[in-house]
Amino acid sequence: MSDKILELKKVSRYFGSVIALEDIDMEVNAGEVHCLLGDNGAGKSTLIKTLAGVHKPSKGEYFYEGERVEFSSPRDALDRGIATVYQDLALVPLMSITRNFFMGREITRGWGPFKQFDQDRADQIALDGLAEMGIKVRDPQQVVGTMSGGERQCLAIARAIHFGARVLILDEPTAALGVKQTSNVLRVVAQARAKGLAVILITHNVHHAYPVADRFTLLNRGRSMGTFLKSEVTREQVLEMMAGGEEMEKLEAELAEFTRSDEATA
Amino acid sequence: MSVNHAQQSDAEATNADERVREVSILNRLLSRPELGSVSGAVLVFLFFIIVAGDSGMFSPDGVLNWSMVSAQLGIIAIGACVLMIAGEFDLSIGSMIGFAGMMIAIPTMYWDWPVWTSIIFAFALALSIGFTIGTIVVRTGLPSFIVSLAFLFILRGLTIALAIMFTNRTIVGGVRGAAEGDLLAAAFGGEIGGWLFQWLADVGWLQSFPDGTPIITGIPMIIIWWFLLATIASWVLLRTKYGNWIFATGGDAKAAKNVGVPTNKVKIGAFMFTAFCATVLAACQVLEFGSAAADRGLLKEFEAIIAVVIGGALLTGGYGSVIGACFGALIFGVVQMGIYFSGIDSDWFRVFLGGMLLLAVMFNNAIRRRVTGAAQ
Ligand SMILES: Nc1ncnc2c1ncn2[C@@H]1O[C@H](COP(=O)(O)OP(=O)(O)OP(=O)(O)O)[C@@H](O)[C@H]1O
Ligand SMILES: [Mg+2]
Repeated sequence: MSDKILELKKVSRYFGSVIALEDIDMEVNAGEVHCLLGDNGAGKSTLIKTLAGVHKPSKGEYFYEGERVEFSSPRDALDRGIATVYQDLALVPLMSITRNFFMGREITRGWGPFKQFDQDRADQIALDGLAEMGIKVRDPQQVVGTMSGGERQCLAIARAIHFGARVLILDEPTAALGVKQTSNVLRVVAQARAKGLAVILITHNVHHAYPVADRFTLLNRGRSMGTFLKSEVTREQVLEMMAGGEEMEKLEAELAEFTRSDEATA
Repeated sequence: MSVNHAQQSDAEATNADERVREVSILNRLLSRPELGSVSGAVLVFLFFIIVAGDSGMFSPDGVLNWSMVSAQLGIIAIGACVLMIAGEFDLSIGSMIGFAGMMIAIPTMYWDWPVWTSIIFAFALALSIGFTIGTIVVRTGLPSFIVSLAFLFILRGLTIALAIMFTNRTIVGGVRGAAEGDLLAAAFGGEIGGWLFQWLADVGWLQSFPDGTPIITGIPMIIIWWFLLATIASWVLLRTKYGNWIFATGGDAKAAKNVGVPTNKVKIGAFMFTAFCATVLAACQVLEFGSAAADRGLLKEFEAIIAVVIGGALLTGGYGSVIGACFGALIFGVVQMGIYFSGIDSDWFRVFLGGMLLLAVMFNNAIRRRVTGAAQ
């Protein structure tokens, strides 16, 4: 399992005076699920946007399949087979499901100047992709603005899975999903790994992260606290690493206290 | 850490069939952007058929008359529509009409260029100005409203200054004579279908002058351009990947960019297309009238934007229709000429325009809410 596909060396990213990332070293292998953990604002989204070509590193180097790359736009990354589900989903509410699905990657038929968007085939692919996520769409021409939050999230995931040939990046993909859709997403993540894709997964839910992940990288206030193999850490340690760890214990204790006092008054 | 509770309405969506409601055809029509302008056009026609039906407005030359007025506005409205869908404005359209016209007339009349070279020259200049405006907008991130407002003044000023500098006047005439026999000039200033109208006149279906020439000698190229541009622009918007990029760029540029749409190129291209449309109109006018005037196209950018908005486009971008914009331009032409034919004081035209604009914007807003399911 050392089929290295992505590598960051001492990557920093600044927004004006804000240090969003500092000296990040990270490797992602093909055929692994790499989980990014960290508190709100730790820099997870910034890190995956750097991988996806949205942000250029302010400092440091980005290697893709052993070759140093500087993506000038997400299009470059997509051309290399890196597909991303962004935290804000990157969907256009006024456009239809199919048009959103193929946005920027349209399939065409016809010849030369008469090339057209292949609507029928696109509709079918979009419907199939969504069905695999457990979402049955009534009409592929439905406008995305009218979909529920979870349906939208599934659309963004289905789209990334369809176009991610080498690397799949998922930024909190299960945040709005139902139980069944969540398990579908995790199943698809496992399938992608089996096909030899690298999957980078961000989640705040240890019950989603732990079963599918192979390795964990922990971010804290823009810095990497290291990468751990699953065999090296327990679920409880992962929970703690998610910065919420200690607070969760405290919270649980407090909640237990509430319950006890409730019982006492009842 | 409670990740799992939000928005569960979709959980049972797997079995969706029982959740599909038949949507009436009326309802489907209601969510088309063209609806407002098409029904507006019908109303306007009905009104003037009643008010001015016997005034000659609907005689062949009357029809030609308002068709040409509509075509003039329609051509630039198509450009403005594509640009508005891509999320931007161009207030320099009117100035571009004057500028491009002058750039055809000056080389032809004062530098002895063949007309076709002058036309290509004007198109090249206009496209590079469109490119410049677009590049400034995407590079600086400034609102296109401001950037193109600057070009409204720059281009108008340039037009007058250059005209004075090279010709010492602000109206340059005589182009028609120079355009004699020039094929490219004929593509803008000519007419087609003359034989058809001659035949119609010969068999008595079309009125003719005493010497036998029909009252209409052909369809002016400006109308052909209008239909051609509308067809191509509509096809590109609705059927090609570039259309998808244009809608996506205007709908949410950041989202579009993140999934690989080259949004900057799309915007720059849309600005260039707008400049192209303005130049088509300029060329048609110069070759039709035989002259270029420095004040031509004044305030046309606003009329174009009104037509586009009446046509159902959202000022915020991402939604609209070229066909709708063409119907908006048709309403314009019919009302403008209808007011003239029916003898209504033409000051009422402006009142009508403003009223139409307001109505259209409110209507579109309601439509948008319907389309996006009242969410947001
Ligand atoms: N475009 C930007 N301009 C300025 N600051 C930014 C920008 N993007 C991110 N930041 C800052 O960088 C830090 C990291 O943000 P990021 O979105 O990567 O956090 P995150 O780990 O994804 O958090 P969350 O779990 O809430 O999604 C934040 O403090 C944020 O304010
Ligand atoms: Mg984030």
